[in-house]
Amino acid sequence: MIAIINYGVGNLFSLSSSLKYLGFQSEITADSKKIRGADKIILPGVGAFSDAKNKLENAGLVPMLTSEALGGKPFLGICLGMQLLFELSYEYGEHEGLSLIKGKVVPMENRVAQGVKIPHMGWNELVITRKDPIFKYVDKGEYVYYVHSYFANECAENTIAFSTYGGINVTGAVVKNNIYGTQFHPEKSGDTGLRILKAFCEL
Amino acid sequence: MLAKRIIPCLDIRGGKVVKGTNFEGVRDVADPVELAEFYNNSGADELVFYDITASYEERKLFSDTLIKVASRIFIPLTVGGGINSLDDFERVLGCGADKVSVNTGAIRDPSLIERAAKKYGDQCVVLSMDIKRFDGKFMIYSKGGREATGIEAVEWAYRGQESGAGELVVNSIDTDGVKGGFDLPMLEAISKRCHIPIIASGGAGKSDDFLTLFKELPTIDAGLAASVFHFKQVNIKELKKMLKSNGIPMRI
Repeated sequence: MIAIINYGVGNLFSLSSSLKYLGFQSEITADSKKIRGADKIILPGVGAFSDAKNKLENAGLVPMLTSEALGGKPFLGICLGMQLLFELSYEYGEHEGLSLIKGKVVPMENRVAQGVKIPHMGWNELVITRKDPIFKYVDKGEYVYYVHSYFANECAENTIAFSTYGGINVTGAVVKNNIYGTQFHPEKSGDTGLRILKAFCEL
Repeated sequence: MLAKRIIPCLDIRGGKVVKGTNFEGVRDVADPVELAEFYNNSGADELVFYDITASYEERKLFSDTLIKVASRIFIPLTVGGGINSLDDFERVLGCGADKVSVNTGAIRDPSLIERAAKKYGDQCVVLSMDIKRFDGKFMIYSKGGREATGIEAVEWAYRGQESGAGELVVNSIDTDGVKGGFDLPMLEAISKRCHIPIIASGGAGKSDDFLTLFKELPTIDAGLAASVFHFKQVNIKELKKMLKSNGIPMRI
């Protein structure tokens, strides 16, 4: 069973439907027992970093998720769920993340070329920089779907894919051992996204 | 670099996909779930579902259809028609929509855009506008193009952007269903005033119309159409290949 962490952030309909479509059993849950018993964990999320972090803390999930991730269980953070894996975020102040992966979350504003639209929203080409099991079904030049205004920075050693936007390389996917993060939404990235989710589910 | 998007629009009435000319004389086309799957397989970048009669007859969207589509199709889905309140947002988001398009509801109560953007984020709120020329000006029409509002379109679009809309759909009533190409002067007027993504709608009759749109107006992010896709006059897969070979960034 794959646990989709439910902490009141974002719409989990597509994520849960896509896993079902792929034939994997999943459950949207905030129950510690179920999460500990799961084979894999997916941490979704949309919205603001501090709000999401507070909700995770209020749900009492931070220590458990951290220990599960460090314990070696395949773990995937999606969009804001990926950003939460890092040490720090500068979205409306300075906020600590889960510190599972080295790096900081910074605004795209003033980093992208002038006149470039923010949020970075739409289909962008995924440039894979390091071979990884999660990309075993993905070819060169495929597109994935992004919606975000902040991105992960200073995380080169764990970056396995990026997309270019407004003159910057936007961190697209990271990995550290069993812990994965994707800035894009695999559950909204059509067939390409489904293949990435399938590869994660097969880890 | 972001790809330009090709978006088929499914106007829904009575659980069927329909398409009319200048919003009159609607006729049935196909089953929405079947058509949505066909478009997904052809490479559509996004799907838009409108309940075209909702704002007139106060009909609610057919949530079952939406849930069925969202359970099988994993690309962004935008839903519009009859969106008048945050409860309406909640309802369609709960059925798997990613973005919600407001039109008449925002004309009735312009604060809807801001309230929805605060609650769900800018990226979730699409301001859809039905626009027609009147006395040499671009004017907003409501209720599926049936009612003049006296609101000037360029300022309305700008106001929507400032209130938190994340995207604009510019639907030209003047070119809708006519199949003579997108309304470039109207689109240009709006794109000069607004910096959020703009989806062009109304007037596509052939593949070349999309090429002209993206070549002439590089600030336009997406082209939306219904009947040319429904009646297979334009095949999305071939259209995207053609655009890409002409230098337009496309997800193939």
